Amino acid sequence: MTFINGIRAGLSIAIGYFPIALTFGLLAKTTGLSMWEATAMSMFVFAGAAQYISLTLISTGVDPILIVLNTFVVNIRHFLMTASLNEKMQPDARWKKAIYAFGVTDETFSVLATQKQNNIRTTYAAGVIVISYGSWVVFTALGHVIGANLPMFLQASMSIALYAMFVGLLVPSMKGNRKVALLALFGALIHSVLYFSGLLSTGWSILVATLGSAILVELLYAKKGRVV
Amino acid sequence: METWYWWMLIGMAIVTYIPRAFPLTFLEGRKLPPIVTGVLGNIPYAVLGALIFPAILFVQEGNFLFGLIGAIAAFAIAFAGANVILVVMGSIGVLAVYSLIF
Repeated sequence: MTFINGIRAGLSIAIGYFPIALTFGLLAKTTGLSMWEATAMSMFVFAGAAQYISLTLISTGVDPILIVLNTFVVNIRHFLMTASLNEKMQPDARWKKAIYAFGVTDETFSVLATQKQNNIRTTYAAGVIVISYGSWVVFTALGHVIGANLPMFLQASMSIALYAMFVGLLVPSMKGNRKVALLALFGALIHSVLYFSGLLSTGWSILVATLGSAILVELLYAKKGRVV
Repeated sequence: METWYWWMLIGMAIVTYIPRAFPLTFLEGRKLPPIVTGVLGNIPYAVLGALIFPAILFVQEGNFLFGLIGAIAAFAIAFAGANVILVVMGSIGVLAVYSLIF
């Protein structure tokens, strides 16, 4: 569980971020942001979905305060993730945790939280985060500079990368573990219902689906335990 | 862009950081009730399900089949026991071949 192990585990995130960061840089350019403005957003915010949404809102002239508020709503799901992650990480100095907390995204969280062992080392988390963050920032800048020079078919195919990574993380834990399979299934199901009904925005949908599934399955198993 | 952009950026950075940092720094060393720990332990798998589906079907706007093929490829490769990088590369490869043919 060294820093290098972390880098290795984070490599698939770095690959997954490549097309998304590149596209973000590209879109930021067409939205009218300078390279510094685009890259600074990736450096200081480091939240893909929120950044993409902010571009849409900037281009439609939405009040900056609303954009900040929307960013909060989209990212509030990380509250759940870091609360969950806290149970898995090795106890460490508060300032160290305050630093790596900045690097917790959907992707780095998924890689850390699906580790088999508990007490994940801080250095390992640092490795996962450093390579992911590096990829995100560098490829944002590169996307702004080079524009759409990658062949179109490759750009399009790469849009599957992050989801493929999520699948790659989920499936091994699902095998032979009915609870994990049920959790993922309910998460997907509740999110689908919210998505297709248009009831909630994406940030809230993911939050509600995650909590709903996690609580539902926990109650289901608690009940089963009492009966048996 | 004018100065409002940088103020907005600072705001975005703060509201993104708080939900990430608060539980990690504040809950440290606190004992949570078992049901809460149970639910928190469930979250990684619940959130993966919610992140993957239905979004994986819409990776290409207006082309449902593209996402579906990518999803099937990713699941198949993962189910065969490949590690994460192979799942990522493999499903990109399958979609690249698909889009070159059609």
